[in-house]
Amino acid sequence: MGGMEGFGPVEVEPDEPSFHKPWERRAFGVTTAVFSLLRAGQFRHAIERMDPAHYLTSSYYEHWVTGGATALVETGHATPEELERRAPGFPLARPLDPDAAVDRAGPDSDTPRFQPGDRVRVRRWVWHGHTRCPRYVQGMRGTVVRVDVVAPLPDVEVHSAQATQRQPTYSVRFDAAELWGERAEPGAAAVHVDLWEAYLEPDGGAA
Amino acid sequence: MTDIVHQHAHGETGEHPNARPPSPIEQRVQALEDLLREQGLFDEERIEQLIQHFEQNLGPMNGARVVARAWVDPEYRRRLLTDATAAIAELGFGGPEGDNMVALENTEQVHNVVVCTLCSCYPWPVLGLPPRWYKAAPYRSRVVREPRRVLAEMGCNIPEDVELRVWDSSAEVRYLVVPLRPPGTEDLDQAQLAALVTRDGMIGVAPV
Repeated sequence: MGGMEGFGPVEVEPDEPSFHKPWERRAFGVTTAVFSLLRAGQFRHAIERMDPAHYLTSSYYEHWVTGGATALVETGHATPEELERRAPGFPLARPLDPDAAVDRAGPDSDTPRFQPGDRVRVRRWVWHGHTRCPRYVQGMRGTVVRVDVVAPLPDVEVHSAQATQRQPTYSVRFDAAELWGERAEPGAAAVHVDLWEAYLEPDGGAA
Repeated sequence: MTDIVHQHAHGETGEHPNARPPSPIEQRVQALEDLLREQGLFDEERIEQLIQHFEQNLGPMNGARVVARAWVDPEYRRRLLTDATAAIAELGFGGPEGDNMVALENTEQVHNVVVCTLCSCYPWPVLGLPPRWYKAAPYRSRVVREPRRVLAEMGCNIPEDVELRVWDSSAEVRYLVVPLRPPGTEDLDQAQLAALVTRDGMIGVAPV
């Protein structure tokens, strides 16, 4: 949600407990049991597919319950009917988009294509599936500041039981004016975003 | 916390004679637990241990020890800034959401602040579970767009001549901010220094 408008002030609760209600504590526990049945990213993507109105009006652990239940259905550990019988009105996230299925992955790469100081541009990466390429940096130009671990590309891993594509990850620095334009906050702070190599291309042009 | 443990131990499933009917969200949690239990996938004892581990062993007190050590030990500070995962492991901290740590050093010239705009990524071994505001839409949407204003609203005024750097933990790295050591603390030992370090300071929304 980077850069979205209209959410109002940050509300800080002093001396916040680990869990606010007993059910949150149990939701945390049961969801950790669900994690062991999933590939990395599947749980996140289930939460991303929640109805936007439900997502924005429900608490963090309700996201976990909804995402966890959706993932259980999609891995064959539950049916919507069973959930409905046990907890009437049980809301689930929307189903996976068939267009997002991945049956082939690109080659693995352990060798970073970019080095610190390289100018890069974030590819426009709009699709129906899971991604860790935040919308607010898509199409933007930045500078690589750090090369990080090689890790499976979430866009492939979440959508394929067979295929993975391992790639270097990077921290890329974006100037505030590049991201937010003329009305960027005075005293412009740079924003650093961690990105997989597939999201980046060399930026030939001037900054 | 004791109260929550107590209620949990006695269950919320209606055994208690005065129990109110479960709310919709409580019903859903119960449904998930029951479904997994019936398939032999819900090991109650192991899960209770895991939750207690988060409640008791993981939290900002761990990160505070890392920061205090970095304040008094220049050699440790250097290791922390070079390979934070290894330096943090020296103090016995590590595990999920802490496998690829990067420490961000605040200086007189630079202040760092961390966010996860995509979800709620957070360095569990050194900070525990994130506070609600960190996971909520206002912080996630705004701190990349107007960080000075957000920090000022949270009581952290960054002087104009200090460079502000925002870090969005959108891939594998989890960040720990190393705040500036407050002036006048030269006589304190490591434990006393650690007591000064706050969770918010290590996220970067407070000076220390």
